[in-house]
Amino acid sequence: MNQLINIISREPIRTIVGLVGVLIFVVVNALLLTWAERKVAGRMQRRIGPKEVGPFGLIQPIADALKLLGKEILTPRQVEKPLYYLAPVIVFIPVLVSFVVIPFDASLQVRDINVGILVILAFSSLSVLSILFAGWGSNNKYALIGSIRSVAQNVAYEIPMLLSLLPVIMMTSSLSLKDIVEAQKNSWFVFWQPLAFLIYFIAGVAETNRTPFDLPEAESELVGGYHTEYSGMRFALFFLAEYTNIFIVSAIAATFFLGGYEGPFLPGIVWFLIKSYLLVFVIIWLRWTFPRVRFDQLLNFSWKVLIPLTLINLLVTGGLLKI
Amino acid sequence: MTNSPREFIKGAGSLIAGLGVTIKAFFQPVVTSQYPRQLLKISPRFRGHTKLVADSDNPDKNGCIACGICVKNCPSSSIKNVEGEKRQGEKRKTATTYMLDFTTCSQCGICVEICPYNALAFSADFNSAGYKRKDFYFDLVREFEKRKKAS
Repeated sequence: MNQLINIISREPIRTIVGLVGVLIFVVVNALLLTWAERKVAGRMQRRIGPKEVGPFGLIQPIADALKLLGKEILTPRQVEKPLYYLAPVIVFIPVLVSFVVIPFDASLQVRDINVGILVILAFSSLSVLSILFAGWGSNNKYALIGSIRSVAQNVAYEIPMLLSLLPVIMMTSSLSLKDIVEAQKNSWFVFWQPLAFLIYFIAGVAETNRTPFDLPEAESELVGGYHTEYSGMRFALFFLAEYTNIFIVSAIAATFFLGGYEGPFLPGIVWFLIKSYLLVFVIIWLRWTFPRVRFDQLLNFSWKVLIPLTLINLLVTGGLLKI
Repeated sequence: MTNSPREFIKGAGSLIAGLGVTIKAFFQPVVTSQYPRQLLKISPRFRGHTKLVADSDNPDKNGCIACGICVKNCPSSSIKNVEGEKRQGEKRKTATTYMLDFTTCSQCGICVEICPYNALAFSADFNSAGYKRKDFYFDLVREFEKRKKAS
């Protein structure tokens, strides 16, 4: 066993194992979440959701994935080809990079970078670019409106997201996710920073373009938003990225505020996954409860409520730390 | 946006109330029925096609005496070819054929009401389907025999 760990921890092998592990996790997580989403939606509307394919419909997402894989890759005639092809690839890269620094367990982390959270936040803002690519490249009015909305929204919500994480970083004086988890051995930061947690969560839901902030893909007004013109596997990549982003937002919230992999009795990874998926469940729960907000409400909420509140929170935290 | 902190708190409260509604529904039992696997209870007043009912004295044979009153009274002439024979030791005839053209029948129920021996009733057959018009020309006597055999 020790020999195995020794081999794995060697540099090139570690990279490959990490990448393969992350890829497997991303796919399994996305498949599981599409199933969970439909199942939870069903239960909340007092239906039972998918049940025909496999036990409890568990193989349903695999059937869906096979269907998407089997579809013809269709390119509409008037698209801006380079941008149109590039967008689904770019949407997927930041997702993969974010997993590199997320600590699943004390030793189960691809790499503990000392600016870990910065990596995640920097790369997650790349997904805005891909959405803009998709919207502009599709040469379709719905896609363009959707992507413009998405950019305005992501720019607005990235600020409170970052500012709500800052107090925690100030308290631990570290940007490494592992240090932040270690600092929560005795008490979780959610008790010290409840407001920051709430604001991070709201901003996270907005960042992942989920209901009640799903204006970029509002299907009742914009067909499908930025991925209107995408089909088959290209669409699946957007879908995969969306569901992985949900997990990443929840995982960061769990790491920053709920003590990450810290917990009694059970191994660390189990605690981490329990906390993360609990937050994922809350995000799904929000989607099947709230109607979509109006666009002016969306932006006003960020600029006039969330950002001032996070600034005050930051100020108070800084002041208290100095005392 | 919101005008006052009080409105803001009220709004937040309504959001939590909304979450309460959905989480309650999440734990409540499912109300849909899984149709092909699971049938709902069919109302006793349901009107499918008419069927022959067994004779009250002798459950082995149908109660129709082939009097033809239903044939005369059917508003859309859907009932045809009602014939019977008098068997040995019986006072009345027993139907041997009773053709119902279900394509024109509107389940009005006049035949059921008018039958002097209460030999007709509505079946609970709600999902009959067929490829040809002929699939809906039912011989109710044969259908009665088949039901008898099945039970």
